[in-house]
Amino acid sequence: MKTYENQGNKDTRSGFGAGLTELGRTNPNVVALCADLIGSLKMDQFIEENPERFFQIGIAEANMMCIAAGLTIGGKIPFTGTFANFSTGRVYDQIRQSIAYSDKNVKICASHAGLTLGEDGATHQILEDIGLMKMLPGMTVINTCDYNQTKAATIAIAEHKGPVYLRFGRPKVANFTPVDQNFEIGKALHLVDGTDVTIVATGHLVWEALEAAKTLNEKGISAEVIDIHTIKPLDAKAILDSVSKTKCIVTAEEHNHLGGLGESVARVLSQHNPTPQEFIATNDTFGESGTPAQLMEKYGLNADAIIKACEKVIKRK
Amino acid sequence: MANTQQLEDITTQVRRDILRMVHKVNSGHPGGSLGCAEFFVSLYNEIMDRKEGFDMDGIGEDLFFLSNGHISPVYYSVLARSGYFPVEELNTFRLLNTRLQGHPTTHEGLPGVRIASGSLGQGMSVALGAAQAKKLNGCNHLIYSLHGDGELQEGQNWEAIMYAAGKNVDNIIATIDLNGQQIDGSTDTVLPMGSIKDKFEAFGWTVLEIEEGNNIEAILKGMAEAKSLTGKGKPVCVLLKTVMGNGIDFMMHTHAWHGKAPNDEQLAIGLAQNPETLGDY
Ligand SMILES: Cc1ncc(C[n+]2csc(CCOP(=O)(O)OP(=O)(O)O)c2C)c(N)n1
Ligand SMILES: [Mg+2]
Repeated sequence: MKTYENQGNKDTRSGFGAGLTELGRTNPNVVALCADLIGSLKMDQFIEENPERFFQIGIAEANMMCIAAGLTIGGKIPFTGTFANFSTGRVYDQIRQSIAYSDKNVKICASHAGLTLGEDGATHQILEDIGLMKMLPGMTVINTCDYNQTKAATIAIAEHKGPVYLRFGRPKVANFTPVDQNFEIGKALHLVDGTDVTIVATGHLVWEALEAAKTLNEKGISAEVIDIHTIKPLDAKAILDSVSKTKCIVTAEEHNHLGGLGESVARVLSQHNPTPQEFIATNDTFGESGTPAQLMEKYGLNADAIIKACEKVIKRK
Repeated sequence: MANTQQLEDITTQVRRDILRMVHKVNSGHPGGSLGCAEFFVSLYNEIMDRKEGFDMDGIGEDLFFLSNGHISPVYYSVLARSGYFPVEELNTFRLLNTRLQGHPTTHEGLPGVRIASGSLGQGMSVALGAAQAKKLNGCNHLIYSLHGDGELQEGQNWEAIMYAAGKNVDNIIATIDLNGQQIDGSTDTVLPMGSIKDKFEAFGWTVLEIEEGNNIEAILKGMAEAKSLTGKGKPVCVLLKTVMGNGIDFMMHTHAWHGKAPNDEQLAIGLAQNPETLGDY
């Protein structure tokens, strides 16, 4: 079985910061906006190198989204930075009307998504953002899994014309995808070949899926692992090809099961190849304070939970 | 009536609580909490007319709403030391399964809290709703609220500020923690807001300034005056000029401790500057 080496824990938000810095050097149209969270979003380097292309909006996310929309008129490529909750739920109608419906080339870059934000608690831990964003016509939705991938995705979305929601997180997690990889929007990454069960994961759950596959392998279960970094547009072919072989699937995400990746996958399967599916996701709940690891365990979002879900779904074939 | 020295003593203990809470979990917001310690202590011990115990509707008593929910450490400390829940529970701040969530919430049923806050800019509207409910209920008690100065950059505040004056909500005293700081730096470097006093006045509020927002006597005097200005057809705003990180010398006058916990050594220094008064939890 193919295994992946952790090159050392790093936060995905720093991957965003590094990608943005590179864009600052290579693409003069890229501009950045922030709502009083420069340090959290790792935007310092971009700002230092391109002070005239940075806009400190203050704590005013609705204003930020619409200023970003305006900046595209004249050819700028705005990257907005704040926490995931304040990037989506807080400003839904601003995004809906001025960005999505108006088809503006804004990159909504959202850190601290999901439970792994940790101690700040539920007011800051959005578990509904993937759903909110994927429901908007024309919105591309990406949830990256590690530092290297987040850096590559940040660079790639500048080349994509149209609104993008790029979701990443706060904690330092395993960094295991290649350095300076080419990021292709909408193309799932086939990480591990397997025959008994397909695990489709996104974001921080991808590393957990790899860990789960290792343990399952020791138990004699061959799991295929797919990283779906782009939730919309969804790589339906990759999913259908895999389940035609494995005949069952587990989806894994740091998000509510309502509106998340799992539901998108279920729609594809029910239309084209009805397949038993188990969902690793939060169960219609808010989060709470705690360390990231404690929360991922309490809400069943880790390798152990994935293993159990795989064993269960295999029995349902 | 507590005398000023007694309130000072409570404040010193509250500072210790704040430091110990954020230090234990290495997270949370000491800067704004410390800056508002005197205000909270005065509010809960002298200014507000409170009933024993806690019920959500709070009829027949003054109510307080914290809009800048990140300063939960000072809120929790003062609530506990005002008898809403055991002070020992401060030990659970930000831990898994606690009622003392990172930002205040009603979700776990913590006595004293009537609305979740943390996502900034919503508390003024909530406070106005509660003020109007008081009027509908024929309850003559007041609504108090607290807001950060950076928080005022959120546009919803100005919708609420316009509404309050337009609808003559004159049973609210909204206090602004005017510490001149936010996360990325001073409010002037992040987004200069001009005169907040002029803005509130232009929107039709009565505005009162407390120059020494960390001086208990000044707070008591200012808030008594604010109270005397309610019921006259206009909402009342108090601009409370505070020092972020007040009472811990190395945390004062900077945004650096907005959301950063002290390490062991820094904790020891901070505690030494604030000797135990009521007893640590
Ligand atoms: C809607 C929203 N946007 C951003 C944040 C992140 N945030 C938390 S506190 C803060 C700064 C608040 O400044 P201020 O109100 O002046 O409080 P102080 O730093 O003085 O305690 C920010 C931007 C948030 N909690 N809510
Ligand atoms: Mg402030």
